[in-house]
Amino acid sequence: MNRQMDAELLIDHFQTMLRIRFHEEAIKKLFAQGKIGGSTHLCIGQEAIAVGVIGLLKKEDYIVSTHRGHGHMLAKGGQLKPMLAEILGKNDGYCKGKGGSMHIASIELGNLGANGIVSGGLPIAVGSALSARMRKTDQITVVFFGDGASNEGNTHESMNLASLWKLPVLFLFENNHYAVSTEISRSMAGSMAKRAAGYDIPFTEVDGNDVEAVHFAAEEVIDHVRSGNGPFVMQCNTYRMEGHYFGDAMVYRTSAEVEEWRKKDPILHVEQLFRERSILTADEIASLRAGIQAEVDDAVAFAENSSQPALDSIFSDVYSEWQ
Amino acid sequence: MNNTRMISYREAVAEAIAEEMARDPRVFLMGEDVGVHGGAFAASKGLYDKFGPERVRDTPISESAIVGAGVGAALTGMRPIVEIMYMDFMAMAMDSIVNQAAKVKYMFGGRAQVPLTIRTAFGAGRGNAAQHSQSLESWLILIPGLIVVMPSTPYDAKGLLKSAVRNNNPVIVIENKSLYGSTGEVPEDEYVVPIGKAAVRREGRDVTMIATSRMCNLAASAIEKLSAEGIDVELIDPRTLKPLDMETIAQSIAKTHRVVVVNEGHNTGGFSNEISSKIMDHCFFDLDAPVIRVASEDVPIPYNSVLEAEVIPAEKDILAAVKKVMAF
Repeated sequence: MNRQMDAELLIDHFQTMLRIRFHEEAIKKLFAQGKIGGSTHLCIGQEAIAVGVIGLLKKEDYIVSTHRGHGHMLAKGGQLKPMLAEILGKNDGYCKGKGGSMHIASIELGNLGANGIVSGGLPIAVGSALSARMRKTDQITVVFFGDGASNEGNTHESMNLASLWKLPVLFLFENNHYAVSTEISRSMAGSMAKRAAGYDIPFTEVDGNDVEAVHFAAEEVIDHVRSGNGPFVMQCNTYRMEGHYFGDAMVYRTSAEVEEWRKKDPILHVEQLFRERSILTADEIASLRAGIQAEVDDAVAFAENSSQPALDSIFSDVYSEWQ
Repeated sequence: MNNTRMISYREAVAEAIAEEMARDPRVFLMGEDVGVHGGAFAASKGLYDKFGPERVRDTPISESAIVGAGVGAALTGMRPIVEIMYMDFMAMAMDSIVNQAAKVKYMFGGRAQVPLTIRTAFGAGRGNAAQHSQSLESWLILIPGLIVVMPSTPYDAKGLLKSAVRNNNPVIVIENKSLYGSTGEVPEDEYVVPIGKAAVRREGRDVTMIATSRMCNLAASAIEKLSAEGIDVELIDPRTLKPLDMETIAQSIAKTHRVVVVNEGHNTGGFSNEISSKIMDHCFFDLDAPVIRVASEDVPIPYNSVLEAEVIPAEKDILAAVKKVMAF
């Protein structure tokens, strides 16, 4: 398939991918400085999937994200300042410091939430898709899940239900090859293609590190889902370049394997396309990089200066009021 | 309350759902066998014919997906009522209830709400054995973000369910399997029962008895026998377990100074312990005797009816508890 994306769109996607990458790199630094606690999962190496798929959605479409969800949120219109403020647990964060990295959400932006429970979001996606249909809108829901989640009961219950009811759900399978330390060949029997077929759901598989391949495949898939034909399963193969968490010694894989995937870096791939197609010069690329880095630096400063939530805020937001 | 009629608990449930669905197009019902079949306990009988398959949805047996889909629909503008046929099956849906429904609002900094009603049926005494008889309400009251109600009469079954559907939080409505056929007076006119308000079923001066769901009805008949012996028991039905109406309970204890708690949950970790401990927190200096609890034995519910009756609270246990608390 030699279809080429429009140059302007490719530049736009490149910038969003950089924004995600630099955001994640900033978190690495903040973690090393001891400014972030808990579990923060980075999506370095997986940027092309979030950008390629979500870039095709309408503002009112829904995404349901995962514990490795910063890229999904930024691609859906999430802003760097409230993202980083949330990850630092600050008052200006998307969740006022109550959610953190694993629970970033914005109903307004159509992100029904990252999720700390592997597979926890799949049933929610079935519900938002059902809701869209009952409200007679053409909204679709894209639910991201990984190779780890693919073996949870929730995933199977949700695929069955979505297919049975022909709901507008795109099951976006991000195969980054590792569920914490367990490589997919040691966790998954059969294949996602066969599983999708078992539920009568059409399936496609693409190179998740190639933003163009993701874009063109997702275009067809989204059209199918939005047209009322029921769900679709799209598998994007990628690689989790970082450990599962910060400080993961990664004894379960070789550095040679990591280096092999580093050559397939989705951002370097786009830069190569820019050169091949004479879209941008090296200087222009450097200037774009510097611009995005400045945005991220500015957002880090904002987040670090944001105030701590008030102590008595622990008691708010547990319940909506009732009479 | 001018015009009332006698209807069953299950009819009261079906009426509540029908009225709320008619009032608000965002309300819909889904669960296993709730549609064509009318519900395992016939508590949604007639709704499928009235509202059709889109709004009264039969689901596959997928408890986690049913509740999780309820969360997703509630987050995006609908007001679902989902049914978990037997409370025991809630174990299959606990992630969707505990980690998703209950916590979304808080985790998202208050910028979301989950107006979701989860109906389920609990209770022993019917020979359903260990996996279809449990009283698991104390699992749920542990979780901030959930509201838990447990009606004992047709009046409350209808009024609390209507309040649950209108509430913007996840509300678990725990109905009792043995009560579906019981009847009671229910107004013709529109009404709701507020969440968080206990009912004083009988006034008395000697002992405060706090009893939930079917245990409240069992307590009422035991109390009449005690009355003949000159012991005057005040009976309180909490109706809402979370948040618990401690004000009504404390007012009663300030008068009686003695308390018996009757709940079908297990002796260890059951809801009776929670009430007892809250009484310690709020009413210690009003007490003339320790709180006496009547609860199920710490064994799974056995199938054999004689054994089952021995495990769950019976009238004799309630009578003995009152005698014990009066002996102080």
